Amino acid sequence: LAATGLGALPASASLAEDEIAKLTGGAETGAGDLKITAPEIAENGNTVPIDVSAPGAVMVALFADGNPTPAVATIKFGPLNPSHEASTRIRLAETQNVIAIAQMEDGSFQRASAEVKVTIGGCGG
Amino acid sequence: GNWSRLAAQQALTQEQLLEFDTFGNVSLIHVTDIHAQLKPIYFREPSVNMGVGDNKGAVPHVTGAEFRKLYGIADGSPSHYALSSGDFSALAQAYGRVGGLDRVATVIKAIRADRPDAILLDGGDTWHGSYTCYHTKGQDMVNVMNALQPDAMTFHWEFTLGSDRVAEIVEALPFAALGQNIFDAEWDEPTELFPPYKMFERAGTKIAVIGQAFPYMPIANPRWMFPEYAFGIRDENMQAMVDEVRSQGADCVVVLSHNGFDVDKKMATVVSGIDVILSGHTHDALPEPVLAGETIIVPSGSNGKFVSRVDLDVRDGRMMGYRHKLIPIFADVIEPDPEMAALIDAQRAPFEAQLTEVIGQTEGLLYRRGNFNGTWDDLICDALLSERDAEIALSPGVRWGPSLLPGQDITREDIWNVTSMSYGEAYRTEMTGEFLKVVLEDVADNIFNPDPYYQQGGDMVRTGGIGYRIDVSKPQGDRISDLTLLRSGEAIDPNRSYVVAGWASVNEGTEGPQIWDVVESHIAKQGTVSVQPNTSVEVVGA
Amino acid sequence: MASGVKPRVKVPKTASAGETITIKTLISHKMESGQRKDDDGNVIPRSIINRFVADFNGQNIIDVTLEPAISTNPYFQFEAIVPESGEFQFTWYDDDGSVYETSKAIEVS
Ligand SMILES: [Mn+2]
Ligand SMILES: [Mn+2]
Repeated sequence: LAATGLGALPASASLAEDEIAKLTGGAETGAGDLKITAPEIAENGNTVPIDVSAPGAVMVALFADGNPTPAVATIKFGPLNPSHEASTRIRLAETQNVIAIAQMEDGSFQRASAEVKVTIGGCGG
Repeated sequence: GNWSRLAAQQALTQEQLLEFDTFGNVSLIHVTDIHAQLKPIYFREPSVNMGVGDNKGAVPHVTGAEFRKLYGIADGSPSHYALSSGDFSALAQAYGRVGGLDRVATVIKAIRADRPDAILLDGGDTWHGSYTCYHTKGQDMVNVMNALQPDAMTFHWEFTLGSDRVAEIVEALPFAALGQNIFDAEWDEPTELFPPYKMFERAGTKIAVIGQAFPYMPIANPRWMFPEYAFGIRDENMQAMVDEVRSQGADCVVVLSHNGFDVDKKMATVVSGIDVILSGHTHDALPEPVLAGETIIVPSGSNGKFVSRVDLDVRDGRMMGYRHKLIPIFADVIEPDPEMAALIDAQRAPFEAQLTEVIGQTEGLLYRRGNFNGTWDDLICDALLSERDAEIALSPGVRWGPSLLPGQDITREDIWNVTSMSYGEAYRTEMTGEFLKVVLEDVADNIFNPDPYYQQGGDMVRTGGIGYRIDVSKPQGDRISDLTLLRSGEAIDPNRSYVVAGWASVNEGTEGPQIWDVVESHIAKQGTVSVQPNTSVEVVGA
Repeated sequence: MASGVKPRVKVPKTASAGETITIKTLISHKMESGQRKDDDGNVIPRSIINRFVADFNGQNIIDVTLEPAISTNPYFQFEAIVPESGEFQFTWYDDDGSVYETSKAIEVS
C-alpha cells in the first residue's frame, strides 16, 4: 500500500478528442487492421509498454486521453519498414485509454484504443 | 469441541496420512508459499474468501461449513481442522500444530521411497516471512530447501530481498529457477538467470515444467527493489513456451505457477496444452484438483501446512490420467526427519534467545487469513494507532502469517511471523478523506475486479480507526461508502486531513520504525492482549 | 549538450538479402516533461528528445516525433527489411539542439 500520488489530475478526454479532430480534419475514423497492444495493468505508470501495428498506414499518432497533455508520439513508416509496427514506452498519469489514429495510404483514418489501469498497488500474498 | 488430543492423535497415523496407491509412471510433489515457516505452527484457513464474476461461489471461494458440505468432510474431522475454518481453537487443541519442514522432509522422503524420481517443485514465497529469514537474508530457507533437493522453483516475495541478493542466491542454486514471465525490463527480453522451463525425463517420458512467477510483483511489492525486471502474465509467451516444449517432445506440460488460483483458472482456458498447473500465491488448499478446460489445477496451501502429491500416467505423448492427494502435515502425527530437524535447529541456533523471548500473551485467537481484517490485523492496527499516535491505521492484506491460540504466549518470533519483510517501516502521514477513499477503492478493485487478470494484490487492506461499507459487486469508485471515523462516530470528511499510520509502503524512502518493533512495544505494554471483535466493515454484494 | 546521454541499439550483425530483422533502440535521457516543479515550486523547463529517425543506406525505416509523454530513456522497437549489406543510421534530436547519432553495419550473406 502506498501513501502518495494519483488522483489529482483532470480527465482530459475531450482534449484528446480535440487533438484527434485537428489531426483528421474531422474525418470519420473507421476500424481496420490497426491494433494497439498494452498491458491491462501498468507495472509502472512511468513506463508503460505500448505496441502499435498499422498495416497500410503511412503514419500513426498516439494519444493518452487521461494525461494533462494527451499527445504521445507520431510515427511515420518509411519504405524499409515491412510491418508498420512499433513498440515504445509511455507515461500514464492515471487509468486511461491509449488511442492510436492511423492515416492510411488512401488518406482515410483508422482508430484503435486500449485501456490501461494504473493502480496505487501494494499488499501481496 | 469434545475432541481430546489423545483421541484425535490415535485416530490419525502417519501411515494413513501418507497412504497413496501409486499410480502411472510420474510423480509430482508440490510445496508452495512456505513463508519461511521452518517449525510447526497453527494456521487457520479463511472464513471469508469471496469470489466475484464467474468465480462467485466457486472454489476456493467457499469456506467453513459450506466447504465441508461441498467435499463431504465430517465436522470435527482432521480434514475439517486442516482445510476449513470454524471451531478452530478447539480443534487446534485436539489436533495440534501443523507444518514444520522436518515433517515435510519425512513426507517427501516417503514419496521418494515409493517413486525415487518424483519431481519436487517449489512454488515460491519461500525465502520470506520469519525472524531468521530476515536476518539471514533468506539463507536459512535456502539451506533447508536445498537439503530437500527440489527440482525447480518459481518466485514472488523472494524478489523483496532485492535483485542483487536474489541473483546471488539463484546463481548458486542446485536446481532450476524458472519464470517464463520474468523479463529484462530494459530490453524486454527473457533473462539468463530465470529460464522459462526445464525438461525432465522420467520413465521414458518427457515432462516439461514451465515456471510462472507472480505476475504483478512491481505493483504489489516495491519495484525499486528489483528495477531490472518486468513481469506480467504474458499469456502469449506462455503459449509459445508450451508449443516450444511440445515441439521438443514433451509428453506432459506442468506449469509451476505463482499466479494465484483464479488467474491460473483463466490462464488455463486462454493457453492451450497445459496438463497440470501447480498453483500458489493465494494460499488455497483444496482436497482435489479443479478442472479448467483440459487442465487440472492443484493448489497446495501455505506455511508448510500441506504437501501435494500428484501421480500421472503419461503415455504416447499424453497425460492419460492422474491421482492426487493433498497431504496435511499434522506435526504431532508425522515424525520429524532427524537430519532435517538438526539442520533447522542449526539455522535457528544463533537467534534462539531473541526468537523465544515472550513479549505478552493473547486472550483470544490471533489469525490473519481472510478477505478482511483478522484478529492479528486488528492487533497490528491497534499498535499503529497507539504507538504512532494516529487516527487511522492501514495494514497490508497479505495472506501469510500463522495463528496463535487463546491463552498462548506471544513470542518475538510470533510477531515477526506476521510482520517480517524488507520494507517494514511504519510510516505516519496525513491523508485527506478523499484520498483515503481513493486508496480503499484502488485496493478493493485489485481484489474484487470480476476479471481475474486484474486481481493483482493480496486481500483487502486492513483498517483501524475507521469503519466502512463495501459492495464487492460494484465497479471501482462505487464499492466503498459510509466511511466513518470510529473515534468520533462522524463521517469521514473528504476535505479534512487525517493522521494515518501504516506499514509496507511500496514507495522508496518510506520512513518510520519497523512494524515489528511497533507491535512488540504495544504488546509489551498490554501484557495480555485482548482484541475486540471487529464489526466496523460491512460487506455486501457477495 | 545534456550530460549522460547515451544511445544504444541492438541490430543483428548478419542477415540474408531481403530478410526482415528486429531492431531495438534506447537512449538514456531523462525526458524532462516541463510539467514537474522543483523544491522551490518553479516549473522545471521541458527538455526532451523530440525526434528519432532510423535509416538504412539513406532510406527511411521509421521517423518518430516524441512528446513529453514518452518515458525516460526513450525506447523503440521495430522491424526493418535488409535489401543489401550496409549501415543503419540512428539519429535522436534533443530540445537543446543536440543531435545524437549512432550506426550499425550489417552484412548480407
Ligand atoms: Mn504466499
Ligand atoms: Mn505470493
